[in-house]
Amino acid sequence: MYEENDDILGEVTSSEYKYGFVTDIESDDAPKGLNEDIIRFISAKKKEPGWLLEWRLKAYRHWLTMEEPTWPNVQYPAINYQDVIYYSAPKQKIAPNSLDEIDPELRRTFEKLGISLQEQKRLTGVAVDAVIDSVSIATTFKEELAELGIIFCSMSEAVQEHPELVRKYIGSVVPPTDNYFSALNSAVFTDGSFCFIPAGVRCPMELSTYFRINAANTGQFERTLIVAEAGAYVSYLEGCTAPMRDENQLHAAVVEIVAMEKAEVKYSTVQNWYPGDKDGHGGIYNFVTKRGICQGDYSKISWTQVETGSAITWKYPSVILKGDYSNGEFYSVAVTNNMQQADTGTKMIHLGKHTRSRIVSKGISAGKSNNSYRGLVQVGRNATNARNFSQCDSLLLGDKCGAHTFPYIEVKNNTAVVEHEATTSKIGEDQIFYCNQRGMDTETAVALIINGFAKEVMNQLPMEFAVEAQKLLAISLEGSVG
Amino acid sequence: MLKITDLHAGIEEKKILKGINLEIKAGEVHAIMGPNGSGKSTLASVLAGRESFEVTGGSVAFQGKDLLEMSPEDRAREGMFLAFQYPVEIPGVSTTNFIKTAVNETRKYRGQEPLDAVAFLKLMKERMKLVQIDQSLLSRSLNEGFSGGEKKRNEIFQMAMLEPKLAILDETDSGLDIDALRIVANGVNQLRSKDNAFLVVTHYQRLLEYIVPDFVHVLYNGRIVKSGTKELALELEEKGYDFIKNELLVTEQA
Repeated sequence: MYEENDDILGEVTSSEYKYGFVTDIESDDAPKGLNEDIIRFISAKKKEPGWLLEWRLKAYRHWLTMEEPTWPNVQYPAINYQDVIYYSAPKQKIAPNSLDEIDPELRRTFEKLGISLQEQKRLTGVAVDAVIDSVSIATTFKEELAELGIIFCSMSEAVQEHPELVRKYIGSVVPPTDNYFSALNSAVFTDGSFCFIPAGVRCPMELSTYFRINAANTGQFERTLIVAEAGAYVSYLEGCTAPMRDENQLHAAVVEIVAMEKAEVKYSTVQNWYPGDKDGHGGIYNFVTKRGICQGDYSKISWTQVETGSAITWKYPSVILKGDYSNGEFYSVAVTNNMQQADTGTKMIHLGKHTRSRIVSKGISAGKSNNSYRGLVQVGRNATNARNFSQCDSLLLGDKCGAHTFPYIEVKNNTAVVEHEATTSKIGEDQIFYCNQRGMDTETAVALIINGFAKEVMNQLPMEFAVEAQKLLAISLEGSVG
Repeated sequence: MLKITDLHAGIEEKKILKGINLEIKAGEVHAIMGPNGSGKSTLASVLAGRESFEVTGGSVAFQGKDLLEMSPEDRAREGMFLAFQYPVEIPGVSTTNFIKTAVNETRKYRGQEPLDAVAFLKLMKERMKLVQIDQSLLSRSLNEGFSGGEKKRNEIFQMAMLEPKLAILDETDSGLDIDALRIVANGVNQLRSKDNAFLVVTHYQRLLEYIVPDFVHVLYNGRIVKSGTKELALELEEKGYDFIKNELLVTEQA
């Protein structure tokens, strides 16, 4: 680790958002706006079965009756939902039958982002589903995984190839009516990843989805569904970037995870959507619903997130602990700089007996940003011997930013043990001077202190992503001190 | 090595250093003694470049360069080391990682390649012996939960790793029991050479029994009022700082 740390610090030289380029590729767009015809258009584009169109329309009709929530501790001008393009697909000359036939321009785009779509170039075992705007353009290692009975493909493909599985699980954890943005997503979702691990199979490689927004005025509404049957294990990674644009773009995703008896799902996110410029122009609104259910006894779901991007981040990856002895974890580092806002945390819903949950949240605020942790720990009437431990630490850089903690605890069973610890600290001038006196400049010192602060969460990430994430932390905070 | 000329400094409106003159040559150990509030720690901080202190006059040359023009990190990279009186804690950053970053940042400044993991570990193992510091301590978060003695030993260990030209020890003896004091002093003595120099800031003579200085200076009310050899420290110990005050009074009246 020491080696890597040094490399990272050495590389922290540019404060610009590195992924802000635009790929010049023709796209096939839906007209702007949202109505039933647009939804029919999307469904037809994807050649969906009738039940799914009906499901979308029902969600849309419900959405029309809902109001956009105002309770998060974030501020933004009203979103004009009629001013968004809900479907945008890069035009490919031919439908690729294999990875070799992908449009070279798209291939180059992902290569620029550090994602190789050529299987032989992958150093370690990571299978990738690459999603650009509204469609998945490639999924690697599909055949190898299929030999083990693992299904890893785009959601669109899953709808065609495995409709019974999709129908069974879609909306089973996050119902379309759950909230404003999940209803919107259910109506207009365009792609995402589908992942099914059959009973007793331990997925031999990391599965990952890389989301890229490219087209202007477009929203990305992907939907990811992960099902781990009894005794299965999978580690799943998600990464995201977008070009630098002056207008705000909406990203409203839904992720659902189902873990059956003794199954384990580990879901890691490194979120680096374009955060907007330092005066708060542009950037992604990242309004996401992520939830997993520990359906079976002794199952485990673990969320790890490193949130550095987006103008506004608003999400609460949650776990419903239904099975007895099931286990939920949430590890989060949320960084806000300049004018960024984040209201993020988790919900741990204890229903089964002897269920356990652990929450470690590290918020880092700099510039004029606002960073809130909001978490709910709920222990149901039957959840005998439920245990929760929550730790929420905030670190402030400078004196114009804000850190807030909103913990909610609801306990209906008196055998429960719920612990909550919270700290707020500032990077001290003393700490920086101490590092300076040992020959480190202030940027290096801050990167070192930040990485130390976030270490407990970073340690949860798979190795290759931990390195990326550490770099990202340092880069996100460039120029925030001194 | 270091030449301080008529140095004036203070914090906000308060004047603390009122004309310090001091020259330290390679191979020398100088001790600065003085009662509380005389400006000892201020002098150490000003030399290291702590921003909260304002230099209002005078000059400091360090190896021929204008020290006061340099940033704190460049002073360190040029070979100035301050062993802090109160070392800070940095949660989540191991001492090993911290010192490796420090060593390599300094090497980068000097146009040297960073030390690879093997070379670094070898150097570390060797220097650990100097202050009898344990590997397990170095794996822990920097200074977090360290005892007073462990913190000070860690300072000297870092000094050994960075091999400074001039090391300033700011009340390194405070809070140390006699065994820890001996270990720390022993480490310092092994690092003494004809090419480096030490400025030992202390309230008590005790440390100077182990780190024997070539010169002793008494700082009082922001000025060096008396300089001598190690015997001066003994005299102070015996007579207390009042003897200096009285002596000054007599001189002023005369």
